Amino acid sequence: MTDSILMFLAEHTAVAALLKLVLLVLGFVMPLASLSTWAERRQSAMMQDRLGPNRASIGPVKLWGILHFVADAIKMMFKEDVVPAKVDRFLFALAPVMAIAPVLITFAVIPFGPDLCVGQVMSVVTDPAMCKATIPLQVARMDVGMLFYFALASLAVYGTTLAGWASYNKWSLLGGLRASSQMMSYEVCMGLSLMGVFLVYGSLEPNAIVAAQGSSILNWGIFTQPLAFILFFTAAIAETKRAPFDLPEGEPELIGYFVEYSGMRFGIFFLAEFIETIFLAAVVTTVFLGGWQIPGLDSSGFGSFHLPHLVVVLLQVVVWSLKILFLCWLQLLIRWTLPRFRPDQLMRLGWKQLLPLSLLNIIVTAAVVLWRSGGK
Amino acid sequence: MSTTTQSKTGPRKLAFGMPTPDEIAAGGIPGLSARPKLPVDLMDKLNASELEEVEDIELPTEPMQINMGPSHPATHGTVRIVLTIDGETVRDSDVQVGYLHRCFEKEAEYATYTQVFPYTDRLNYVSPLLNNVGFALAVEKLLGIGAAIPERAQYIRVIVGEISRITDHLTCLGASAMEVGGFTPFLWMIKIREWLWELLEELTGARLTHSYVRVGGVSQDLTEDFIARLRATLNRSLEPLAECEKLLVKNRIFRDRMDGVGTMSAEDAIAMGWTGPCLRSTGVPYDVRKDHPYLVYDRFEFDVPVGSVGDNYDRFAVRLEEIRQSMRILEQAMQQIPPGPVLLDEPRICMPPKNAVYNTIESMIGHFKLIVDGIKVPPGEVYSYTEGGNGELGFYIVSDGSGRPYRCHVRSPSFIITQSMSKLILGAGIADIIPTFGMINMIGGECDR
Repeated sequence: MTDSILMFLAEHTAVAALLKLVLLVLGFVMPLASLSTWAERRQSAMMQDRLGPNRASIGPVKLWGILHFVADAIKMMFKEDVVPAKVDRFLFALAPVMAIAPVLITFAVIPFGPDLCVGQVMSVVTDPAMCKATIPLQVARMDVGMLFYFALASLAVYGTTLAGWASYNKWSLLGGLRASSQMMSYEVCMGLSLMGVFLVYGSLEPNAIVAAQGSSILNWGIFTQPLAFILFFTAAIAETKRAPFDLPEGEPELIGYFVEYSGMRFGIFFLAEFIETIFLAAVVTTVFLGGWQIPGLDSSGFGSFHLPHLVVVLLQVVVWSLKILFLCWLQLLIRWTLPRFRPDQLMRLGWKQLLPLSLLNIIVTAAVVLWRSGGK
Repeated sequence: MSTTTQSKTGPRKLAFGMPTPDEIAAGGIPGLSARPKLPVDLMDKLNASELEEVEDIELPTEPMQINMGPSHPATHGTVRIVLTIDGETVRDSDVQVGYLHRCFEKEAEYATYTQVFPYTDRLNYVSPLLNNVGFALAVEKLLGIGAAIPERAQYIRVIVGEISRITDHLTCLGASAMEVGGFTPFLWMIKIREWLWELLEELTGARLTHSYVRVGGVSQDLTEDFIARLRATLNRSLEPLAECEKLLVKNRIFRDRMDGVGTMSAEDAIAMGWTGPCLRSTGVPYDVRKDHPYLVYDRFEFDVPVGSVGDNYDRFAVRLEEIRQSMRILEQAMQQIPPGPVLLDEPRICMPPKNAVYNTIESMIGHFKLIVDGIKVPPGEVYSYTEGGNGELGFYIVSDGSGRPYRCHVRSPSFIITQSMSKLILGAGIADIIPTFGMINMIGGECDR
C-alpha cells in the first residue's frame, strides 16, 4: 500500500512536488514562523529579565504561553483594516503580497532530506545510486538552484518599496527608500560571498551542494569557506531587515515602511520577516552546515551499524530542522543584543568592507581550487 | 567591588575598565580625554569635491518638510520637530516645545508653599525628589532658616536626591540605548531603576510622585533598615550596570552611532546656557554641588567627570560616571548620617506631629493655620539653584508675605538645553536626531513646566 503510493508519487512528479510544497510550507515554515513570533518575545524576555508572553491558554492547556501565536493571529485577523484616504489602493494591497510570496516560493529549492528510495524504505540502502525510483525531498530540483533563490529574493524588495511608496506617508517613503537601497546593496555581497562555495562544491544546485559536503563535518561549508559563511550570514541578516540592520523599520526614527498598514496586512509583513529568517536559516544550513547531513551517518547507517532507509531519512530530516531551529535562535540572539546601524554606516559596511572581502574570498578560493585540481 | 568598602581608603576597583577615583583625580577619565577630536570623514570630502566636477544632472529636487512629533516614538515627552530634509540629511529644523505645558508656575501661585511640592514632583518626573529638594531649599532661603534645618534631614535629602539622580541618568542612558536599537540594556537599566524606586516607595509611600520633602525637613524619618537595604541595592546594581556598559561602551555599532554626533563646543554650550551633564560633556567642570555647595555636599568626596569632545558619547559617558559618583556620595552619606530629628521644630513652618494635633489645642490650631493659610514667608524674592538631573535646576520665588508664592519661576535645565537642538542636528541624518535628542535628555514635564 505505502509502496504503491510512493511509486505513484515517484512517477507523477508534479503531484509529488505539490504535496511536498504543501507539507513544507504549511507543515513546517508557517508554523515555525508563527512560533518564532512567540519565541522571539520569550527569548528577548529571558535576555532582559522579564517573563514575556506566558499567559495564553486554551482551557487548562498553557504550555508556557506557546499559544500566543494563535491569539496574535486572531487579533490580526479581526483588527480593522484601515486604508488611508490617499493611498494608491492597488499597490497598497499588492505590497504585502509582494513581500511574502517570493520568500515562500524560494523554499522550493531547499532540500530538506535525501532522496527517498522507493521500494526499499524498510531495508538497508548501501548505495543510493542503485535505486530504481526515487522521490527527491526537495520541491524543485533545478540546475540554476541558488540563482533562482537570488532572483526571487530580489523581488522581495518590491514589497517593501511599494509599501513605502503607496502609503502616501513621508515616513514610510523614507523607510521604503532605505529598504530598497539596503536590500539591493547587500544582495551583491550575498551573491558574491556564495561564489566561493559554488567553486568548492562545483554546483549551483542546493541538493548537489549538500551531497558534496558529505557526512564528514570538516567538509562542510562552514569549514571550507569560513569567511564566506560570516559574509553571507551578515549580508543575509541585512536582507531580512532585522536588527542590527532594521533601518527600514527603525522603530524610534521612521516607524517603518509599513507605518500605514494595520490588521492582517501588517501581519503579513510581520510574518514575511519571520519567514525570511527561517529561509535564511535554511540557506545557511544547506550551503554551510551540510543541509540534512549528519556527521558520521551515510545512507546505510552509522558505519557498520546499519539502519533501515526510512529511519536514516527521517533522522536526516529531523536534524535538518534542528539546524534551522538553531540558526533561527542565533538570529534572535543577535537581534536582541546589537544596536542598529545608521544608513551611511550600513552602506559603508556593505560596499567598502563586505564587498571587497567577498571578492577576495572568490580570488583565494578560485586559486586554491585551481591549484588542487592541478591547473586543469 | 562593592560600594561598602569604597569610601575613603584604598583604591576602589570599579567593574570593566572604568577608571578608579584615583585615576580620575590624576587626569580626567582616560577614555574620554585621550580621544582626539574627530576628523571630518575623508571619503565624504572626496566624494563632495568629485561631485562638483560632474555636470549637473537634470533632476529637479526639492527639500521635503516632515513632522517629527508631537506624537512620535522617539520624543520622550511630547515635542514637535519640523524638519526640512534633503534625502535623509537635515537642512533645517524647528523644535517646538510646549506640548506638555501644565501651568506649573501659575498653579504654584494658587497653592500654599506645601501644596507646591506635588507639582514639583511632576517637573522632571524621573527624578522627582531632586525637584522637591530644590523647591524646599528655595523657600527655606527666603525664610532664612537654611542653617537651622536638622542635620539628619539634610543628609536624608542628599541620599534621596542622589538616588533620584541615579534613576534619572539610568533612564536617560537606557532610553538612548533603546533608541539606537539596543533594547536589552534599556531593560536592564530600568531593572536597576525599579530596585531603587522600590526603596523610595518604601520610604515615601509613592513610587514616582513622592512629595517627600517639606519646608524645614522631610516628611518622615528613614525606615528602620533603609540604610542596609540601600547598601544592598547599590551593591546588587553594580553587576547589571557593568553588563550594560559592556554591551554598549565596547560595542562598535553603538560607538559609531554616538561618537562625533551632536558635537558642541564648550564656548557654545556656555553661550547657550547649558548646565549639568551636557555642559560637563564639553569639558567644563561646572557642578553646583561642587562649585556652590548646598545641603551637606561640601562634606563629601566626589569627582566631577568631564568629557572632551562634547558629542553624544561624551554625554553618555559623563552620565555613566556620574552614576558611580552618586554611589560614592551615597556611601559616604550613609556612613556619616547622624541621628536626630528630621523636621524643624518650628510650629509656624512645620506641621506638628499627628499625635499632638489630636491631643493638644496648640498643635491643632497650628495645624489648621498651616493648612488654611500656609507658611507665611516674609516678602522678598529669592533665586535658589541646585544640581538637578539635567543641570542647574533653579527656583525663583517672589513672596508678598502671604502663604502662597506671588510668583514662582523654574529655571528648568531641559528647556534651556533644548534650544540648542536645532543647532545640534543641523546637517545630521534623521537617524542621528534620535540619539542626540535622547542624550540632551529633554524631559517634557520639566521643559514645558
